[in-house]
Amino acid sequence: MANTSVRLLLEPIVDKNPITLQILGICSALAVTTKLAPAITMSIALTAVLVGSSVIISLIRQHMPSSIRIIIQMTIIASLVIVVDQVLQAFAYELSKQLSVFVGLIITNCIVLGRAEAFASKNPPWPSFIDALGHGIGYSLILISVAAIRELLGSGSLLGVPILPLVKEGGWYEPNGLMLLAPGAFFIIGLMIWAIRTWKPDQLEKPEYRIHVVHRTEAQ
Amino acid sequence: MEHYLSLLFKAIFVENLALAFFLGMCTFLAVSKKVETAIGLGIAVVVVQTITVPVNGLIYHHLLQEGALAWLGLPELDLSFLGLITYIGVIAAMVQMLEMLLDRYFPALYQALGIFLPLITVNCAILGGSLFMVERGYDLTESTVYGFGTGVGWALALVLLAGIREKLKYSDVPNGLQGLGITFITTGLMAMAFMSFSGIQL
Repeated sequence: MANTSVRLLLEPIVDKNPITLQILGICSALAVTTKLAPAITMSIALTAVLVGSSVIISLIRQHMPSSIRIIIQMTIIASLVIVVDQVLQAFAYELSKQLSVFVGLIITNCIVLGRAEAFASKNPPWPSFIDALGHGIGYSLILISVAAIRELLGSGSLLGVPILPLVKEGGWYEPNGLMLLAPGAFFIIGLMIWAIRTWKPDQLEKPEYRIHVVHRTEAQ
Repeated sequence: MEHYLSLLFKAIFVENLALAFFLGMCTFLAVSKKVETAIGLGIAVVVVQTITVPVNGLIYHHLLQEGALAWLGLPELDLSFLGLITYIGVIAAMVQMLEMLLDRYFPALYQALGIFLPLITVNCAILGGSLFMVERGYDLTESTVYGFGTGVGWALALVLLAGIREKLKYSDVPNGLQGLGITFITTGLMAMAFMSFSGIQL
């Protein structure tokens, strides 16, 4: 039991990371990572919704008729997101303004609905909790790494604290504006995927078509 | 008229939901392997978006906004926090109706789209369009134009990426970048290209 729990918790962190392998939850990973603070807030918000919804759906899984289960799951997830949205607006108003529509978009975040469908609706509450926590941690890891790189290279600071002295304040670092824009995020995640797949070769995808090199003695 | 054209142009090119706001990325990366599937999904997204954005706008203005329920005798009630669940409900209903319509009248298209039709419900681009519309307070005509524009923009980006990926199949991509990695880098380059529209003002 403990072995499975540890596996459920650690697998989604790198081996089956929702963003770099399962292609889930990408929208927010790209959008809120211009600075580190909103990325951390988003990670906490998503992990909270993920854990909450997985546990609740797992608890009622035996009473959900199959024909309306998607609607029930969406209602639970939407209600949790509304609660998280209101809590953020009450206690961290500036951050919630920066996150703007992306907190609401946690409803459509594929990780939440994906884990609810694939795991929570078929497993007891405790494994669902661990699985949700693992995926939340995996997601947060990518988000925080991307945000750290983007904020450090794009504005020379981390969490608002200046680390690399900017040229316009008399220092030497010319901030890389591309990091703060949309394309920068795509490139960073692409390179991160390259790094992860070099470290874990079993995640490599096979090419659909390889040019067939024919030795000169084989050609007619 | 100019205002609507400018809004349409901005929605399709300058503020492209897929390339500038990263909405609908999961489906975007997963469906873009073949151009035909991409076109089919793109058309479905345009239809859903053009209907749901104005409908959500109407619901927000007449039912949820602060003071909207004055005609019921409840002028101080502010139900805007129910917005999220209402919009997703409207979107789910609209997709279900579209599915039934396609199944009855266009069965070939229905078969071709397969699982991706119900997946439009959780496409962040659809919900994102409605949320942006509420945030910016568009009226009915503006909402329709915005809905149509964002749908077309997303579909355009999807079909373009599908075209590029079909060509990339024959390229010698490094092993670690094969598949998902090179798609991200390609989308990043496309995003840079679309940024060139940002200086245009109509």
